[in-house]
Amino acid sequence: MKRRDIVQKLGFSALFACMAANIVFLGGIVFFIAARGLGSINWAFLTQAPRDSMTAGGVAPVIAGTFYLTLGAIIFALPLGVASAIYLTEYSPRGWIVNLLRISINNLAGVPSVVFGLFGLTVFVKYMGFGVSILSGSLTLGILALPVIISASQEALTAVPQSIREASLALGATQWETIRRVVLPAALPGILTGVILSVGRVAGETAPILFTAAAFYVKGYPHSIFSEVMALPYHIYALMTEGTHPEEQTRIAYASSLLLLALVLSVSMLAIYIRARQRKTYNA
Amino acid sequence: MLNQDPGSKAAGGNFPPAPVKAPVGINMNSMGEADLFGTEPKISARGVNFYYGQKRALNGITIDFSPRRVTAIIGPSGCGKSTFIRLLNRMNELVPGSRLEGEILLDGLDILSPACDAAELRKRVGMVFQKPNPFPKTVFENIAYGLEVNGVTDKHLIEERVVDSLKKAALWDEIKDRLKDSALGLSGGQQQRLCIARCLAVSPEVILFDEPCASLDPISTAKIEELILTLKKEYTIVIVTHNMQQAARVSDNTAFFLMGDLIEVGRTDKIFKAPRDKRTEDYITGRFG
Amino acid sequence: MNKRKERIIRYLFTALAFASLVFLVGIVFVLFREALPIFGKVSPKAFLLGKSWYPTSSPPEFGILPLILASLWVTLGALVICVPLGVGSALYLHELAGPRQRALLKPVIEILASVPSIVYGFFGMVILAPFLQDTFNLPIGLCALTTSIILGVMATPTVASIAEDALSYVPRSFREASFAVGADRWQTLTKVIIPAAGSGISTGIILGMSRAIGETMTVLMVAGGSAVIPHSIFDPVRPMTAAIAAEMGEAPVGSDHYHALFAIALMLFLITFAFNIAAELISRRFRLKLGLSR
Repeated sequence: MKRRDIVQKLGFSALFACMAANIVFLGGIVFFIAARGLGSINWAFLTQAPRDSMTAGGVAPVIAGTFYLTLGAIIFALPLGVASAIYLTEYSPRGWIVNLLRISINNLAGVPSVVFGLFGLTVFVKYMGFGVSILSGSLTLGILALPVIISASQEALTAVPQSIREASLALGATQWETIRRVVLPAALPGILTGVILSVGRVAGETAPILFTAAAFYVKGYPHSIFSEVMALPYHIYALMTEGTHPEEQTRIAYASSLLLLALVLSVSMLAIYIRARQRKTYNA
Repeated sequence: MLNQDPGSKAAGGNFPPAPVKAPVGINMNSMGEADLFGTEPKISARGVNFYYGQKRALNGITIDFSPRRVTAIIGPSGCGKSTFIRLLNRMNELVPGSRLEGEILLDGLDILSPACDAAELRKRVGMVFQKPNPFPKTVFENIAYGLEVNGVTDKHLIEERVVDSLKKAALWDEIKDRLKDSALGLSGGQQQRLCIARCLAVSPEVILFDEPCASLDPISTAKIEELILTLKKEYTIVIVTHNMQQAARVSDNTAFFLMGDLIEVGRTDKIFKAPRDKRTEDYITGRFG
Repeated sequence: MNKRKERIIRYLFTALAFASLVFLVGIVFVLFREALPIFGKVSPKAFLLGKSWYPTSSPPEFGILPLILASLWVTLGALVICVPLGVGSALYLHELAGPRQRALLKPVIEILASVPSIVYGFFGMVILAPFLQDTFNLPIGLCALTTSIILGVMATPTVASIAEDALSYVPRSFREASFAVGADRWQTLTKVIIPAAGSGISTGIILGMSRAIGETMTVLMVAGGSAVIPHSIFDPVRPMTAAIAAEMGEAPVGSDHYHALFAIALMLFLITFAFNIAAELISRRFRLKLGLSR
């Protein structure tokens, strides 16, 4: 074997090792958390409220809290995000506006999540007076989800062939009719992917809700959008850092982490699946 | 709202009664042997210049299109023929940075005036594109679409029109059992006839064909040509084609474009047998293009 | 009628599209407004370069140098992991994996990116920290090393997916030209393709860094939390994000401590903002270089 063949072989093996490391990490995280969390997950865990200063019982209200926060965030971010994407792709604004908005969106996507939390604290909790509540948390998470929804929607809209826009306009449809009846339906699966991805992102975020929505313990289920809530990611943090019974609480934290992991991963796998199917239909 | 019968549609619509800007009915252009049959032209272009940014794509085009006749526009690629046909229903407006000078009259009224709504215009001047472009919807929905966006809500009327249009487009017998299937599952030729049916459903007065057979096989092409010959009984047709045999087969009048200029326009048989301009002759005899 | 409706709809979309800009400007505004009062008490220089962070002692000391250095320290550590892993994975996906492997492996990277940071933090706390503590015989497992490893893993997907994009933009002709003069695949990769995609890859690295430095929950849980200037990779540290998250709950609204935490957030924002702008500029140059308009 020549020297350069050996170099190539070594190089390729190194690349393989890098790729394999990803799988090992993902596998390791999933394995350890599943192995230690699975035993604690049962029907009671999923349907009961925490009991005995969080050392027993289940996480039902916690799941409900995450559900409401995520739902609220999507309700806020979806129309805004899709509208932004429509404006950027369909109404072809001037170059400098596109650039300005693109830079804003990219930078918003890069803002550290704890900074969103501070923004939510100042604006929603205090200035607007929503208090520490589902509403404040949802709005904060919504801003965080906005760039994800915008870029997925933009990608989906750009993938719609120009020719069917022309077909619609040539039939006497106005631009808005064309967007609403032809372009949006065709882009829907792609937009859906963006929404699902952002659900996964939002459901797992902790830092933005630290000061805007989350509570260590709340009795019962949230009853209005102005309630403080328990949420799965914060619950894990609280169990690990603020408890008085580490052993019992770590067990519950394992189960909660597994639950959150299962939720988020299945949501993102769903998004990946929908996107793969969608790409196939366009290529066909 | 839509008129029921394309033939009965007057110059009305939503157009204001603007004064007629140029005398019509007389053959204004000097190249003049177009077969007007003594009627007023359906569409007239007067001194049309068109620019993409700084680049001039059309130079002072003046041409009339007779009602219920097929006019073919031929010329080598890049000559401006597709650019020109897209001006006639203002599809050029989709290209940012383009600019248009001159007048285009439909039944004597200026379609470029701000008072003329592009959507209203496009109902009257339909278009069939180079590549079949059905919507990713069912066959039925594809044809019903134009009616729905134009405010037709009566289900029976829509159904009737869908069937009518498919029959007119010579597609009914082939796909009457597949109305609920996706239009994307049809063959290329069927898709193109579906697009023609979709265009007919809104009862246009003029149909613009932009190289409608460019992506089709010879059999599908023959079917479309046959269809065009039937349709000219009711509609004014303009067809852009790079295929001279096709122009000769389907058209009454032919216009030859070269590098943004209209070189010659006249009755098809004359253009092909006895062109007056040397450049037309060169193109037709295949010396360039 | 039609035209007016169309115009109104267009205005509506224009207004909604500016939401992102409004939020970004709002964030900047809020950070400045809430951060500025602290500079009436402490000079910016003393704030940035002060070596002690004792916000609750009396008199309090607001020097955030230990926090900044802690953030940089763990981010640097994360880079050691995410650059080779991310770029290596991208090269593997681009160069060696067949279509079927790619269809399987790309989702693995995406899923790795979607694991919530709290889960990474939890994993670091209960699995990795005790493991490292035993292995290296450390006094405490919650330290800069553990944090860097977890942050590195978290940033790897960002680096990998952007680097992979960059590689896919390198024209085929480059590769063919290299093969045509007798280079093998490894030479082509290292001498032609990586340099051609270089600025695109560095965009990915910058954004990976940006993600690592802004990451909150993980560092809050595994960094150890002591606000001293780090001297080794085994020291427990308190990066900026951890300080904000841990202390904001206790800082009375409007107090000096409260404003100081906003000032840290402002610093953090400016750092990530600079990273993002740098990434934007580099990727624009990259696209120009390869003649891409996208």
